[in-house]
Amino acid sequence: MTRQQLLDLYFMDARSKLIDIAAFLDRMDRGEGEPDFRLDAFRKALAELHRGEPERAKSVLMSLSDLTVEPIAKAPGKGAVGAWKMTNEK
Amino acid sequence: MRYIEPHGHMVSRVTDDYEAMVLAGCRAVCEPAFWAGYDRSGPEGFYDYFCQLTDYEPKRAAKFGLPHFTWLCINPKESEDTKLAEEVIALIPQFLDRPSVLGIGEIGLNKNTRNELKILEQHIDLAARHDQLILVHTPHLEDKHKGTRLILDALKADARIQPGRVIIDHVEEHTIQMVLDAGFWAGITLYPESKTTPARAIDMYEVYGGQRVWLNSACDWGRSDPLAVPKTAIEMRRRGHADETIDQLVFQNPIRFLGQNPRFTVR
Ligand SMILES: [Zn+2]
Repeated sequence: MTRQQLLDLYFMDARSKLIDIAAFLDRMDRGEGEPDFRLDAFRKALAELHRGEPERAKSVLMSLSDLTVEPIAKAPGKGAVGAWKMTNEK
Repeated sequence: MRYIEPHGHMVSRVTDDYEAMVLAGCRAVCEPAFWAGYDRSGPEGFYDYFCQLTDYEPKRAAKFGLPHFTWLCINPKESEDTKLAEEVIALIPQFLDRPSVLGIGEIGLNKNTRNELKILEQHIDLAARHDQLILVHTPHLEDKHKGTRLILDALKADARIQPGRVIIDHVEEHTIQMVLDAGFWAGITLYPESKTTPARAIDMYEVYGGQRVWLNSACDWGRSDPLAVPKTAIEMRRRGHADETIDQLVFQNPIRFLGQNPRFTVR
């Protein structure tokens, strides 16, 4: 597809998501108390958007991932939160 | 349009979903064993679940003329308790002869623990001993990349496993390449929030190719959409893909993989 056709298909959707992210960051600023590691991880991942290569989705996902290699001793719970917090647990 | 739903947890969907799927062109649904949203209290709970998957659920689907197939295992969310997991694995062989069972799944990892890995290896061994296809669940969100690597290592370490008989499900942009490079099939899951959107799924198809890829909704009791596959087919049309290409991805590809088990006769 041409860039023009892709814009016709996806610009409004991407625009809406972009404004949602901006509003989310504004909302975080207005909130009270200390944020946790997820906000730092989010800002770090945002920086991946400025990369030149067309692998931004992959870079954002990697930025939010646990990049350690060994299996851990015990499950801290069942769920995942979407960003990785470094711990000393092994 | 015709399509296969290769991964749907129909026990947690209402009967109207079956009707909607058939109306949208679904020709078969496959249901891997998974977590119920709570931990079962013992192996008996799994015995009953396997009966539901192999007996009751195919009958419910048949009311709409929809062939229903299943995969059996204890899911990684409950395999941290290795004693329970081993008891459940011992129950599985007696179900493998049932006519709608396609293989072992969805096995894999959840939080990438040593116990989960140990039970994954036991499932891989079970599949190899009984010459079964394998369907793998990869972990969620921040745990996916690490878990996918550990899973591929465990599969590659067992010389009896043929990559073409294993599908690694829930791939995303950061994991699809390593799965395809190692010769495995890759499943792309369409979810409203986590996993992928139709647009991203089509991006991956365009970038990485669709030879060994299927699409699924993985619809369950959470926010998910049993019509995600046909909706993505519509999106592919908007992206200029030919009907034959779409048919390859949503119908012929699942048949190529699942048809390796002679019980899967849908054509
Ligand atoms: Zn599933």
